[in-house]
Amino acid sequence: MSAQETPMIKTEMNPAGSAEKMENLKTKLEVRDLRLKYGNDEALKGINLEIPENRVTAFIGPSGCGKSTLLRCFNRMNDLVDSCTITGEIRLDGENIYAPKVDVAELRRQVGMVFQKPNPFPKSIYENVAYGLRLQGVNDRRTLDEVVESSLRGAALWDEVKDRLNDNAFGLSGGQQQRLVIARAIAIEPEVLLLDEPASALDPISTLKIEELINELKEKYTIVIVTHNMQQAARVSDFTAFLYMGQMIEHADTNTLFTMPAKKQTEDYITGRYG
Amino acid sequence: MVEKFNLGKHISGKFNEELDTVMNKVLAMGGLVEKQLTDSLAAIQTSDQEVAERVLASDGKINKLEVEIDGACTQIIAKRQPTASDLRLILAIIKAISDLERIGDEAERIAHVAMETFSKDQAHLLVSLENLGQQVLSMLRQVLDAFARMDQEAALAVHQQDANADRQYEALTRQLMTYMMEDSRSIPKIMDVLWAARSLERIGDRCQNIAEYIVFYVRGKDVRHVSAESMEDTVKGVR
Repeated sequence: MSAQETPMIKTEMNPAGSAEKMENLKTKLEVRDLRLKYGNDEALKGINLEIPENRVTAFIGPSGCGKSTLLRCFNRMNDLVDSCTITGEIRLDGENIYAPKVDVAELRRQVGMVFQKPNPFPKSIYENVAYGLRLQGVNDRRTLDEVVESSLRGAALWDEVKDRLNDNAFGLSGGQQQRLVIARAIAIEPEVLLLDEPASALDPISTLKIEELINELKEKYTIVIVTHNMQQAARVSDFTAFLYMGQMIEHADTNTLFTMPAKKQTEDYITGRYG
Repeated sequence: MVEKFNLGKHISGKFNEELDTVMNKVLAMGGLVEKQLTDSLAAIQTSDQEVAERVLASDGKINKLEVEIDGACTQIIAKRQPTASDLRLILAIIKAISDLERIGDEAERIAHVAMETFSKDQAHLLVSLENLGQQVLSMLRQVLDAFARMDQEAALAVHQQDANADRQYEALTRQLMTYMMEDSRSIPKIMDVLWAARSLERIGDRCQNIAEYIVFYVRGKDVRHVSAESMEDTVKGVR
């Protein structure tokens, strides 16, 4: 099946209520016929996708379907993989991020990323959050204090850590560490946040906190989340894309996709009949 | 059962089992309700008190099944978070059993009428219920069969038959009103017959509801409160 044969499914209505129309929203990221190979293995086989601004878009699909690979394309993390070749385009606000003139460091400032396992630096809580700003050459204490507080508040962590900002970040719980990493990501004011399985290493309560946080963060940022947990995708996202074997099978608003998927493959996957 | 509904292909065998058990209970409940209606109609036709009493005694079984099925569906939602067709199946079941239970209640009401004593010259009133009764019983059988197979075309056919049942009910009402005007002393008995006719008409409506849930399950479209043409378009896949 080629990309032409799997047109993006745009849904007009759904049984669960009024669906938000994708075409009425501003597109933040636009993927055009994206193909990616690791050596000779084609991991992404012509993806076409529009990610709306200030909404949460979830990628779901079985292991190896290419969802993390696709996510990593958005801030060119795959550039670090030697054998990786990419064709097609990804446009951020209309500008192709794979154009030669693009400053990758600047791109990664605009498109932040949070990984599966919390990866705080072996520094204090304060320095973890201030790190990105210091890299940009900001050393003014008052500016740093403000950004650290607003970022920690933004990541719903401030009340829990405000009295121990100088403690080592490793002393925090897993869930707190993950929110710290999110605070670090939003401290440099990105436009897009990429979350790769942000809650899969966390307990259920921390997971719910992260999900609640995602819901708050979408006011300011465009969020793309990869998750193995379908119920999590159903809970946190506004739009969901189902990927399978390097192809995008279905992309629709989450209400529709989880109640009345258009493709049988999607139905089989979300109802647990895959395999 | 398992193959027909494509229920048996979940990775979780336990989930398959749970859905299968619930669906079997729904079909068992449908069978009981059908029996109740058959019996109550027979009781009306033959004025058989014994049969009528049996109908009154059996309603409890239907109620018990309704509660059981509701409980099982609640557990499935809580534990399995069903989505897509699984979710629609559970919703269709929850709604269908509440209509089935009410059909059982209507049958009970008809049995009550059958237990009234009618004088010889009033007996013909009960016979007038026969046509409507058979029509509605046939609708119930068809819709239960359609539900067991989730056959939307059969559901649509049942849905369309209700207009005929409504017409019969209307004609019957007019006929009974004429009798009332002729002889006002007969009004209490005729009212009883009218109530039975009303119950039959309501059963037709509830069969129609169940037909709508079948289309909802198959098509994912809510066809309640839409025109007959629009429902037909949905079933045929025309937008």
